[in-house]
Amino acid sequence: MAIAAEDRAAAPAPPAPPPARPATGRGQMVVLTFVRSLVPVVLALLAGAVLLLVLGRSPVRFYSDVWRYGVELNNWQNSAVLMAPLLLVAAGLVVVFRANIWNLGYDAQYLLGAVFVVGYGPWMFAHFPLPVAYAVLFVMAGLAGAIWTIVPALLRAYFGTNEIITTLMMSFIGIDVANILVKGPFQDPTVTIPQTKTIPYNDMLPNIPGTHIHVGFLVALGIVLVLHYLLTRTSFGLRLQVFGENPKAARHVGINVRRLIISSFLWSGFLIGVSAAVDILGLWSYVRANWNPSYGNTVIPFVFLARLNLLAVIPFVAFYAVLSTGGDLATQAVSLPTDFLLVIVALILLFMTIIEFLGRRRELGQSYLTKGLREALRQPLVRRRRSP
Amino acid sequence: MADGALGAGMSPTDPGAPAVELVGISKRFPGVLANDDVHLAVRRGEVHCLLGENGAGKSTLISILSGMQRPDSGTILIDGEPARIRSPRDALKMGIGTVYQHSTLIPALSVLENLMLGESRRIVLDRGRARARMAEIAKMLGVEVDPDARTGDLALGRQQQVEIISALWKGSRVLVLDEPTSMLTPQGVEELEKVLVQLKQQGTAIIFITHKLHEALAVSDRITILRRGRAIGELSSEEIRSSTPEQNRATIVRLMFGDATDIGDAPELQTRIEDVEDLGARRLAIAAGGDEEPILELKSVSAPGDGLEPGIVDVSMKVRAGQILGVAGIDGNGQRALAETIAGQRRARTGSVELFGTPVNRLGVSARQKLGLRYVTDDRLGEGIVRNLSVSINLLLKRIGEQPFWRRGRIDARKVNAAALELVAEYDIRTPGIATRAGTLSGGNIQKLLLARELSLGPKVVVFNKPTYGLDLRTTENVREVIRRLTAEGAGAVLISTDLDELLELAGEIVVLSRGRLVGTVQNGRDAAERIGALMIGDADSTGAVA
Repeated sequence: MAIAAEDRAAAPAPPAPPPARPATGRGQMVVLTFVRSLVPVVLALLAGAVLLLVLGRSPVRFYSDVWRYGVELNNWQNSAVLMAPLLLVAAGLVVVFRANIWNLGYDAQYLLGAVFVVGYGPWMFAHFPLPVAYAVLFVMAGLAGAIWTIVPALLRAYFGTNEIITTLMMSFIGIDVANILVKGPFQDPTVTIPQTKTIPYNDMLPNIPGTHIHVGFLVALGIVLVLHYLLTRTSFGLRLQVFGENPKAARHVGINVRRLIISSFLWSGFLIGVSAAVDILGLWSYVRANWNPSYGNTVIPFVFLARLNLLAVIPFVAFYAVLSTGGDLATQAVSLPTDFLLVIVALILLFMTIIEFLGRRRELGQSYLTKGLREALRQPLVRRRRSP
Repeated sequence: MADGALGAGMSPTDPGAPAVELVGISKRFPGVLANDDVHLAVRRGEVHCLLGENGAGKSTLISILSGMQRPDSGTILIDGEPARIRSPRDALKMGIGTVYQHSTLIPALSVLENLMLGESRRIVLDRGRARARMAEIAKMLGVEVDPDARTGDLALGRQQQVEIISALWKGSRVLVLDEPTSMLTPQGVEELEKVLVQLKQQGTAIIFITHKLHEALAVSDRITILRRGRAIGELSSEEIRSSTPEQNRATIVRLMFGDATDIGDAPELQTRIEDVEDLGARRLAIAAGGDEEPILELKSVSAPGDGLEPGIVDVSMKVRAGQILGVAGIDGNGQRALAETIAGQRRARTGSVELFGTPVNRLGVSARQKLGLRYVTDDRLGEGIVRNLSVSINLLLKRIGEQPFWRRGRIDARKVNAAALELVAEYDIRTPGIATRAGTLSGGNIQKLLLARELSLGPKVVVFNKPTYGLDLRTTENVREVIRRLTAEGAGAVLISTDLDELLELAGEIVVLSRGRLVGTVQNGRDAAERIGALMIGDADSTGAVA
């Protein structure tokens, strides 16, 4: 309630000199944030272990397999390759989420970018030197993604239309458009299955020397770091933050809200399109019809766990990349479908919500345990103390 | 009403268990001890006033009473029995009803529907019984409200009466009123006082929170003064009655602020007491303006409302350099539309807004700012600051991207912090540091932050919307001083306020806004208050007879 917030704002003025910074308060906040971000993951993994036990599998075996197939020997490189598109999609999401704008059309934005890269890639590589071709294809993919955000962006900027609905609808359309392009103009004429031409191996992104991780990973990492700087240290990032925290204040202080909405949408779509370029030119080299890796869905929980901070996103994405890469084989080893990994991600989301809820209740000064539960928990301890 | 008509209630002079008693209540928030061992006893049929600055702990105390917060230590006794209030529902069950400053009624529902909200377990609403019950309570209070009226259409004073009915409806025997007169006209205040008398006779215990001395002295049986979280003094009815008003005021001010030496300036203190008493001489002394050319002019400006409040229709006004133009009116009659249209947040539909003779209709907020226009909003937390950002960023919120704080888009933290420290010192903003989140500051300090932000860097025309609303005495005086100094240095000001005293103290000329129109202009003077009051409630006679 508005009243409660104002109550807390009405703190008595501390004595004038010297203004003491509540260091414990600050430190406490950092620890709390840490806890809130990591505990859901830990709980989810534990819950996953319980599930495995119930299903008659060994959690120890499963998780050690995840580690083995995700990190050990050269497998960490596979995880790193998966990180490349994930990082860029996360970047695209963070940009708009910080402004409280919900771009949920990432699937179509990715696919359209991917399709144009494979569509024009072979021709570009045949007629232009590699660096030029890469540059043009990256930009093309980015533009494809950005263009697909224009309609929701304009509707939101000028009419306040809920972008959750519009981006989702555009996504449905976009996925089908991508499919049509795959089966139509970009179809590989030499094969019968519906897929595009393949980009020649020599034209794919080179690997980082000594590894089989393509340089797209470094590109992604670089973009994330630069974007983090932009979002936290520039006037553009500040305007985004102000608008995200308080749109009324943004208007009040003279921020051009329409321009902000449209530009953040466009940048988001652009980044997601670029993630497709990195992924296709680095890993896949072709696009099959009805294919949708849907990176956005899997990266969203981690974007929130990282509290929309791009630096924190990196370790979380790394965690998921290992889980996914190792989990692919680990689930097979215990004869479970790979959907089990999605179950773990869902559990992370669930525990995140619960922890947030508990944290809120705590802040309001109310115990999160009901009286009955508190008593029930206290009983065994009391009895134990009494026994001789 | 004869005393014999009382039911189980006791008259104020009857000792016995107080209706509600707070014993040793303490509440701490991170970094702040909001309530420190507070004792408070309120008897049945008594109006007990809680007086104190913002930040003294009044709001925390009543939020504990109403179940929104739980105390760290101490007990609450209801009718002598210890009670545990864990939630607002518990508070209501124990008979404590709270009427907040801002209406919690649902505007789209009728009065009757609002009263029936949340109470019936039945699926089918029993309107007949509800009507009868409402009529009974309204009659007891001496109040007339149409049960079928749409709540959002009612005047604020009426809405407040509905909230009081609602509290009684739920069986409250203790009524907590949080700054009830802040939004009322003088007539509304009178009606409220009558309602309080009825409630007293019914034996209801009333806790009345205010920062206005004259009100507290006028209606209370007892006054408890809070300062920095402690209850540092109490005046009983005998004491109040046996001393002159001046003595009472002196006692209270001394308790609220400490000795004259504490606040440093005895003459200033004297002035404050005199202010409350007689403003006539000061009002006449206020100059009406300097140059002739208006620096801000509105020519037949109309602007749309925003669904909650009306817009403005055909408003024309002029402000000259060095002038404070007051805008009076009952809250919600177009003040926000007027302020936002001048500031550029709202686009005028017709008419022309001119700054220094140039029409600025098409210019947005930042463009008008560059011309010297500033807007101190009344919605401090809603649009004035961004709560989670630091004090230093909030101080520069209207200059994002500007040199020297941002160079080529990149922030220069050192310059930002240096400027922030200067402003904090200049405006005496009490904050643990400039990196503190702005949302944790008290109301008064947030207002100082807004003033510091708006008034730094050469303001030429400033629009103030309710600048001292909800602030304690000392900050209020400081803000008024700032306004006076500003105009003395040549700027012009539009002072929109629902506080008549404030307008009469500061403005030479006052226009009255009613339903979005300017219904009259009043020159400050002897019976300016009456003339303004009449215009505010739409007295047709006065529209002709203005000075």
